[in-house]
Amino acid sequence: MNLFRNVVFIAAIAGLVAGVVLACMQAYATVPLILKAEVYEQAEGGHNHDHAAAPAAPADAASGNAMSSAAPAASNAMTPAPAAAAAPEEDEGWAPADGFERFAFNVVSNVVTGIGFALILVAVSEFAGGIGNWRQGVFWGLAGFAIFTLAPGLGLPPELPAMPAADLTQRQIWWLATVVATAIGLGLIAFRKSLPLAILAVLLIVAPHIVGAPQPDSFETPIPEGLHHQFVVAVTLTNLVFWLVLGAVVGVVRGRFTGTATSLRDSFA
Amino acid sequence: MNTASVSLGASVSSQSRFMQLALAALLGTFIIGFVGFSHIDAVHNAGHDNRHSMAFPCH
Repeated sequence: MNLFRNVVFIAAIAGLVAGVVLACMQAYATVPLILKAEVYEQAEGGHNHDHAAAPAAPADAASGNAMSSAAPAASNAMTPAPAAAAAPEEDEGWAPADGFERFAFNVVSNVVTGIGFALILVAVSEFAGGIGNWRQGVFWGLAGFAIFTLAPGLGLPPELPAMPAADLTQRQIWWLATVVATAIGLGLIAFRKSLPLAILAVLLIVAPHIVGAPQPDSFETPIPEGLHHQFVVAVTLTNLVFWLVLGAVVGVVRGRFTGTATSLRDSFA
Repeated sequence: MNTASVSLGASVSSQSRFMQLALAALLGTFIIGFVGFSHIDAVHNAGHDNRHSMAFPCH
């Protein structure tokens, strides 16, 4: 398991660095916008997870229980039963306290997410010969950004709290399908020198958007359009930097591991 | 620590190499799934800002 251990080691370092960088960027760029949106959310009547059941929401909020039996079956299906049973007073159970605790949990979840993405990045790039230096890493990072941020973000733009959205599970399925199709498409373009496969790749990348992401019944929201637009820009740019840092750090750390650096052209052969 | 070899763990057989890389990718997928896609409320709330800021489907 020598190889596995090395992959995990590189991914852990890259995920840690990129995750901390991302959390710091978020503290200035995205979290303040989320906090602003939560003011609108609270004014609307509490943190409500059942956006798919928008018509039922005001009644639920008034009774102080978003999981009330009046909620439609669809929203019950996406709520884990134990949580519904354990939360008669509180809407959504435990949450980190605002301020430092919330920031700390955000750093931790960013680092964990970073390590998860880094594991996938390192493992997949090893199949293609490995990321030899920071510059190759930047290109792999761009691919990761296109696959995990740009492509799913076209159909499902980053959302603020209190924004309407379709059923969670359906959106997660679409998100995952789009990521897989875009990854295969980019892989075919980058690693297969064949016109028919390149055409197939374009079809794969476009297909999820022709099918279309699950959309909410109504787009009505208390969130001002300007605030949301600002958030979309902030999320896209912070994720771009995250992926570039992640790829570059993988390249640097892996280069130190192996002591060699193949050229970008060679690794794309 | 590896000595000067072109790929990580170059000495392993190609089948074992495939398995180990696949395992690493699977582990990464599992981590992303847990942090970004779990329906458990406490996990959701702990990573709330991160989920929104990574544009994972949320709420």
